[in-house]
Amino acid sequence: MSALSADLITLLPELVLAVAAMALLMLGAFRGERSAALATWLAVVVLAVVGYLLLATGPPKATAFGGAFVIDGFARFSGILVLLGSVLGLLMSHRYLEDLRIARFEYPVLILLATLGMLLMVSATSFIALYMGFELQSLALYVLAAFHRDSQRSTEAGLKYFVLGALSSGMMLYGISLIYGFTGTTGFGEVASVIKATGTGVGVIFGLVFLIAGLAFKVSAVPFHMWTPDVYEGAPTPITALFSMAPKAAAMALFLRAILTTFPSATPQWQQIVWVVSVLSMFLGAFAAIGQTNIKRFMAYSSIANMGYVLIGLAAGTAQGVQGALIYMLIYIVTNAGAFGVILAMRRGGVMAEEISDLSGLARSRPGMAFVFAAMMFSLAGIPPLAGFFSKFYVFLAAINAHLYVLAVLGVLASVIGAYYYLRIVKIMYFDEPAPAFDEELTLSLNTVLVGSSLFTVLFIFAAAPLVALAGAAAKTLVP
Amino acid sequence: MHLPLLSIVTFLPLLGALLILVMPGEGERLAKSARWIALVTTLATLAISLVIWAGFDGSSAAFQFEEKANWLGFGISYHMGVDGISVLFVVLTAGLMPFCILASWESIKVRVAEYMIAFLLLETLMIGVFCALDLVLFYVFFEGGLIPMFLIIGVWGGVRRVYASFKFFLYTLLGSVLMLLAILWMYLYAGTTDIAVLLQSARFPVGMQAFLWFAFLASFAVKMPMWPVHTWLPDAHVEAPTAGSVILAGILLKMGGYGFLRFSLPMFASASHSFAPLIFVLSVMAIIYTSFVALAQEDMKKLIAYSSVAHMGFVTMGIFSLTHEGIEGGIYQMLSHGVVSGALFLCVGVIYDRMHTREIAAYGGLVARMPMYAACLMVFALANVGLPGTGGFVGEFLTMLGTFRVNTWVVILAATGAILSAAYMLYLYWRVIFGRLVKPALQTIQDLSLREFAILSPLVIITIIMGVYPNFVFGVTHASVANLVHQSEMAMAHHQHVAATGTPPVYGGSPAEGGEGGERLYAPPPPRFAWSPSPASGGGTQSHELRMRAAR
Repeated sequence: MSALSADLITLLPELVLAVAAMALLMLGAFRGERSAALATWLAVVVLAVVGYLLLATGPPKATAFGGAFVIDGFARFSGILVLLGSVLGLLMSHRYLEDLRIARFEYPVLILLATLGMLLMVSATSFIALYMGFELQSLALYVLAAFHRDSQRSTEAGLKYFVLGALSSGMMLYGISLIYGFTGTTGFGEVASVIKATGTGVGVIFGLVFLIAGLAFKVSAVPFHMWTPDVYEGAPTPITALFSMAPKAAAMALFLRAILTTFPSATPQWQQIVWVVSVLSMFLGAFAAIGQTNIKRFMAYSSIANMGYVLIGLAAGTAQGVQGALIYMLIYIVTNAGAFGVILAMRRGGVMAEEISDLSGLARSRPGMAFVFAAMMFSLAGIPPLAGFFSKFYVFLAAINAHLYVLAVLGVLASVIGAYYYLRIVKIMYFDEPAPAFDEELTLSLNTVLVGSSLFTVLFIFAAAPLVALAGAAAKTLVP
Repeated sequence: MHLPLLSIVTFLPLLGALLILVMPGEGERLAKSARWIALVTTLATLAISLVIWAGFDGSSAAFQFEEKANWLGFGISYHMGVDGISVLFVVLTAGLMPFCILASWESIKVRVAEYMIAFLLLETLMIGVFCALDLVLFYVFFEGGLIPMFLIIGVWGGVRRVYASFKFFLYTLLGSVLMLLAILWMYLYAGTTDIAVLLQSARFPVGMQAFLWFAFLASFAVKMPMWPVHTWLPDAHVEAPTAGSVILAGILLKMGGYGFLRFSLPMFASASHSFAPLIFVLSVMAIIYTSFVALAQEDMKKLIAYSSVAHMGFVTMGIFSLTHEGIEGGIYQMLSHGVVSGALFLCVGVIYDRMHTREIAAYGGLVARMPMYAACLMVFALANVGLPGTGGFVGEFLTMLGTFRVNTWVVILAATGAILSAAYMLYLYWRVIFGRLVKPALQTIQDLSLREFAILSPLVIITIIMGVYPNFVFGVTHASVANLVHQSEMAMAHHQHVAATGTPPVYGGSPAEGGEGGERLYAPPPPRFAWSPSPASGGGTQSHELRMRAAR
């Protein structure tokens, strides 16, 4: 009894989230469609409470359910990133969904369920727990991608995401079964000690490859990125924004934890895979984004490229690398929120504009909006003094320290190519003749997201030290 | 308690930019207040920079006006300071800025407030480059300057502005990111990015120096610009608005030379010594080739842009002669070129504002209607040629003198470039100013307005003062350059000792790089971070470095 209650207390944030999701479902079921707005705001409150519980309660490190889950510094940091992504996604979405007449109460409920899955992912320390969290978030996200039922593109996006996602889940499960078969256990730590004792056999390597394939799919790293542009383009924009934030953070955290804690003695084996995946992602993302005309597809390729940079941190395989990856994810989430905030505000006569050319001359018609988007673009390009520079700074620092010189050089070259397509957006907004202006009014919550993310991006340089230290402390709990 | 003057001089323009940002009003009213705020801010910045110059102790080679505060931690701090090499660049930057604002007073008509904000932001970043005493801080300022300059060229530039702005941005970025990797490596090796500490005690292994040196070269050669990576400059100059060209030629190009002096020479002394011949070749190529190219130009701005490349060739040649004369000549050449080329672009701006063309062929015989203009342009053209009695002469002469002690052939070739510069400048002057005023469009052209006269006349005076009394510069730079040369020679002696005896003095632990030899530290022996911060900087920061080293 006491063991069970201790486990439950350890997972209190997740439990609160699960119960709250079901309570909101009840609320929606009894009050009907009218409760959509209320449910959205309640969901934001719930996520904030969960964030507080995650940070403020429990010992520094606690395990639950026989070592299947762990709440440590890394889980807390990643969990906060996930919650941040979900909250930002919720805040941006509301008005947009009403316009499309898809403001249903299921939307916040699904986001809460997906967030629950993500929280389980970031604290999973066994393959079974990993898969559970993974599927919970995936299924919720498949539904969200197809949330605009009457739109062919949205339905297509949902179906595509589901089919490819199921395939990748299958591959991952196959990898897990191989690892289990050859080591006889599913706990990360146990597998690590078995591999250390018996060496890295062919079976484990196969399992590792399939596992990485599944994880690479979730973070949309090349060559498992194909779904990303289509799903980004097809899904309703606030859901695309969500896709680019919270699930990425969760999957990347899972990637880091699963690889670094399970396979420390197989480092040479996975390091070369991650190396190649990282380089391919950076370059494919950079080159493919150049030709895009749709802003959402553009953001999809941008996110592929950015995941390549985060993977540099993993390839380094050190605490410094994890620290760099965590800082990168934090800055990436906030920057993306700002960018998608502007994309959501691209509306003419209540209709979304999604072409990059719609941004023409934005600096003259809506200087504030153009400034926010330009700051996000320069930040994503990694130009100091904006936040994006520091995200690249720390991953490259880790790469140099791990003697991954070639990877670092390729990375900075890719970032110069990346700068080209980000600059193209700035050019369209600042140098070109104005297109018809966008609608004036923005919702308060969207404005808050825009202002908040641009302040973060511009002022990060002053607040860098404590955040970097926090990420460093979190990384230390994963890789001592 | 003394004021943090360097922070004030650096961030005052930013304050002005923020003030314009929150300024109410629209259209012409906003434009007017933006212009005045920008002018007052830049003048105040200039005044403070002059206070710094006046308070600067030229007899000391140490960093002065130091400020230090925690920033990123782990050996990366907010550290500002100037020495004899950098202080005059701060003054140059602050000094050119009011001219830029005045030059844009009437010629910029659209989005004036944004224009002024971009310029003030750029000023903050440029001054920061010269004041930063931390590699990461330096990089942030160095690289951050791309954003406002990109917008200035792209928004207020000429017909091909998009092409020019992209080329400027991507060229510079490509060079800089390689430098960033080198900075990261240096940080991991030394445990700190504090420039003062690195100058004092870090001796990077000879084998690695070549890589680091080339990484820094990639950045500074593009910025300088050196042949063959100079091609962005003519495009950027031609398309940029007048004030943008002034800043490009006057300040941004100087960052490359400053970088060589601050980093390449003292920190990678061995590599600088080994690769000096490479720099000589590139410099001579730049001097001769771009002079010929300048001779063939039809566009005034392009001509001056190519002449800038040639003049920067003298600078790199002088700097890498590694002699006292050559280096001081290089600094002087940068300062005088900053004034002269800036003034030349302002002169082009004067007639461009009237005729809206920069084609040389569109002008001729201007002396008849614009005698004052002709006189001003003559002074600047001759200064650009390097006529004795103007600022251009001193620097050119000293760089050649310094290089002469190292390699006579290089100087002989460079001297032909000096002759070519006379050819293209006088040819330009002849085509624009002399001859008969026959073109109908020029019949009513007006001489300098009061505002334009107020811009050009101080520059004429400065140019001539720099020609006849160079000591006001050398009084400041002398000690620091002597120290730099000394450091470089000591480092070379050290490396030669290592090479000769094969027994490097090992003071640290085993190096991070296997096979690079054990040499990590230059005498005197421990403590490794023996450099003690000046009272102004507070001290107590060594623990960061030590912790960082312990962590590895």
